[in-house]
Amino acid sequence: MYSGRGNTGRGKFFLPFLFVVVALLLAVSVPVGCGQGTGTSADAAKQGKSTAAATIQIRGSDSEVNLVQRLAELFMEDHPGVQIAVTGGGSGTGIAALIDGTIDIANSSRPMKEEEINQARRNGIEPVPVRFAVDGVAVIVNESNPVETLSVAEIGAIFRGDITNWREVGGEDSPIGIYGRQSNSGTYVFFMETVLQGDYTPQMRNMGGNADIVEAVTTDKTGIGYVAIGYVTDGGSVRPGIKPVKVSRNPGETSYTPIELENITSGKYPITRPLYQFLNGRPEGAVKDFIMFELSDRGQKIVLEQGFYPITDEDRKFNENSLK
Amino acid sequence: MHNFKENAIKYFFMANGMLSIIILLGIFYLLLSRSLPALQNVGLTNFFAPGYWNPTAYTTPQYSILNLIKGTFMVGAGSLIFAVPLGVACATYLAEVAGAREREVLKPIIEILAGIPSVVLGFFGLVVVAPVIAELFGLNSGINALNGSILVGIMALPTIVSLAEDAISAVPQSYRHASLALGATKWQTILRITLPAALSGIIAASMLGMGRAVGETMTVLMATGNALAKPSSFFDSVRTLSANIAIEMGEVPVGSVHYHSLFFVGFVLFMITFIINLLADVIFQRYREEI
Repeated sequence: MYSGRGNTGRGKFFLPFLFVVVALLLAVSVPVGCGQGTGTSADAAKQGKSTAAATIQIRGSDSEVNLVQRLAELFMEDHPGVQIAVTGGGSGTGIAALIDGTIDIANSSRPMKEEEINQARRNGIEPVPVRFAVDGVAVIVNESNPVETLSVAEIGAIFRGDITNWREVGGEDSPIGIYGRQSNSGTYVFFMETVLQGDYTPQMRNMGGNADIVEAVTTDKTGIGYVAIGYVTDGGSVRPGIKPVKVSRNPGETSYTPIELENITSGKYPITRPLYQFLNGRPEGAVKDFIMFELSDRGQKIVLEQGFYPITDEDRKFNENSLK
Repeated sequence: MHNFKENAIKYFFMANGMLSIIILLGIFYLLLSRSLPALQNVGLTNFFAPGYWNPTAYTTPQYSILNLIKGTFMVGAGSLIFAVPLGVACATYLAEVAGAREREVLKPIIEILAGIPSVVLGFFGLVVVAPVIAELFGLNSGINALNGSILVGIMALPTIVSLAEDAISAVPQSYRHASLALGATKWQTILRITLPAALSGIIAASMLGMGRAVGETMTVLMATGNALAKPSSFFDSVRTLSANIAIEMGEVPVGSVHYHSLFFVGFVLFMITFIINLLADVIFQRYREEI
């Protein structure tokens, strides 16, 4: 190695070194140069539909990510040629990626907005919605909190910042610690539009995901937060440290818990919503097989096992309509 | 032939040096040009008007970044309160007290600290540090500016330690000899002679640490709670400029007012870190001349 110490030797050493530097520069500049690079994998997946091997890219809702991951695992067991990658990031992130054409399926816990649909169409993408599960958004408090029930109006007032002390809703005399999601979350938007019908208080802590809210409310005795129902239970029972409050539609009316199937299907629990997936155009090949698997009896059984609820007849009609 | 090779290598490295300047200017231009539509639609004054950041409001969007700037400086300054005393003490030990072998072991370990992924540190803050803070100060939640400050302080520590150590080591040996010859103890020499002589270098190190802290994103995003209200103490949840961009950039429709506003937030953040680093550099240069 040290045989050539003269000038010529150094020259020999420098040339390979230069190659390394050039290679590094190229490696850095290429991904920067073409930001659309990720688009190719989704395109390839579409072209690969005729063969058995296919890759499906799914991104979006944090509320749906665990459920869809489980569905994907079981689907891949039966379809060895199909690779499904499921990532979170929030409904808004998934929809943005669908609009940019970098994914095949966007998970979203809220419907797409008019301007998002228009933007997708301008990019040559036709969003097709599918409802594959039902969620009862749970309002959770710390286990030790004596408050058992709240009305939709009270919850709205708490998250708007109009009610700031637990005493005002029948609890102890202590301030309320409010935990919500970030604006890229479908749950954030859904909750704002259906429950608050106004702006969130700026005092609310904006957490990155459902699990973060569960974690925060577990440690904060004065905390309140909202999460997808799948994050409230673990293997059929409520996670230790938190408690989903029973919710009534109007003050003084009977309140219902979101952890019973009957309350959701009957519509008695007031804060329910369908969970969506948005596809690019009518599904074909592997994407279609996966969607059909999700909507099948087996798929819906998994939905229930993961703590969410199966789709209703109305949702089935909705799907028939959009897939036809 | 040989000359040609030498020249080629020289220009190649010069081009690499120029590249970083071009990239810097390119980023500056990009941020400014992308934020211009926001300045036209929102107006510069509305970015600095009283209120809070809420472009996705149910009713009227607001674009005030005052609370974000305050949050950024709270976390930045708060992290220095932790990192500077700790970092300078550590650097002093390494430069003045520790033997060669201790230094060989300790320095790489401190540098490993810089290699901890910020998301890991953020998670650590969320589940470990936050409950401890809540317990210590009798708070309902430890997800606040203090939590972010401690974690970012840990991140800034390696920068401060290695730069401060360089500054202390660079103090000429004759200073120490003179002090010791006059009968001062080692402790007195360190405190009254060596550290004051290295002061501007230590300040520069701290400011570079602050530059690091202000731009830090993931840890802060996970540890501070990101509330949009105006923080009044370190026990309040804060949202920083960088966390704000990270939270909202993924979902924002490209080309919307919100999108361009985030570029303006990025521009402000860039200017803040640029000024901090520039000041650090000025102080560092002056310190070099002093020695």
